[in-house]
Amino acid sequence: MARSRRRQHVDVRLRASDGYTAVRSYSIANAAHGDRVELTVEQVADGEVSPYLVHTLSPGDPLEIRGPLGGWFVWRPVSLEPVQLVAGGSGIVPLMAMIRTRAQTHLHAPFRLIYSVRTLEATIYSAELQQRAAEDDGLSVAYVYTRATPPGWPRAAQRIDAALIAENALPAKENPACFVCGPTAFVEAVAEFLGEAGYDSSRIKTERFGPSGGTS
Amino acid sequence: MSSRSYCDGNAAAGELRDIFAVDITAAAGQCAACGMIGALAQGHLYAFEPGIVVRCAVCEHPLVRLVKGPGRAWLDLRGLVYLQLEVPSGQNS
Repeated sequence: MARSRRRQHVDVRLRASDGYTAVRSYSIANAAHGDRVELTVEQVADGEVSPYLVHTLSPGDPLEIRGPLGGWFVWRPVSLEPVQLVAGGSGIVPLMAMIRTRAQTHLHAPFRLIYSVRTLEATIYSAELQQRAAEDDGLSVAYVYTRATPPGWPRAAQRIDAALIAENALPAKENPACFVCGPTAFVEAVAEFLGEAGYDSSRIKTERFGPSGGTS
Repeated sequence: MSSRSYCDGNAAAGELRDIFAVDITAAAGQCAACGMIGALAQGHLYAFEPGIVVRCAVCEHPLVRLVKGPGRAWLDLRGLVYLQLEVPSGQNS
């Protein structure tokens, strides 16, 4: 098997003492897949698996995983073609893996990220994104705050819309590869905005959370 | 059916890896009902024990059905006209 092929997620399985099991897929957040995987888990309030992972699991505890799996929603560092990333909430995780992979390979394809998040406090990887964007001309990050904006932010809290994409995304005429990840309604809205703005639909890859993935 | 909850076909990779030697979710398939061609990863995955169904993202026709029982699995692919698989270079001649 080609071990170097990039993979996007692992399945985590929890087993209760009565034999009940629950499986969830979590995106891999780190660039290299050697023998370590980094997962970023956002707790779903009425979730079955995420509260255990967030509150109960401790360093050294065994965890049953299957993977890494899935070769479709991945960016392969083989070209310099421009890449547009659009994240909603914890949909940033697989896109962060792409940003980290790009940094690791020194193949500096232009990357732009639009990151829609509830508030500044809810922003995942905030410091790392700021540092990477500051050190790298080829990477830019634009934020959309949907509930509350940071002090001094020039616009009101809003959901992502066509105007915001037009202002911040790589132009459709550059034919960027687009990766969109977030809650189902977010992803479907963004894919529609991109399609209406003339982006090639065959170049748009999406990953939706299930309906329980919350909103951003 | 459309009101039931689904996630992306991406998430079927684990179950399908138990059956196939290659990553089927990254393969392009054609829906036998509407003719849509797309990656199985973009289909709608309905995962209810003991099986999974991947449906066409356009018309919701079932493309892949997989049911597992003790020591065996049943796989129904009749919703697909074909699958186009990536073959690692050097192994296709």
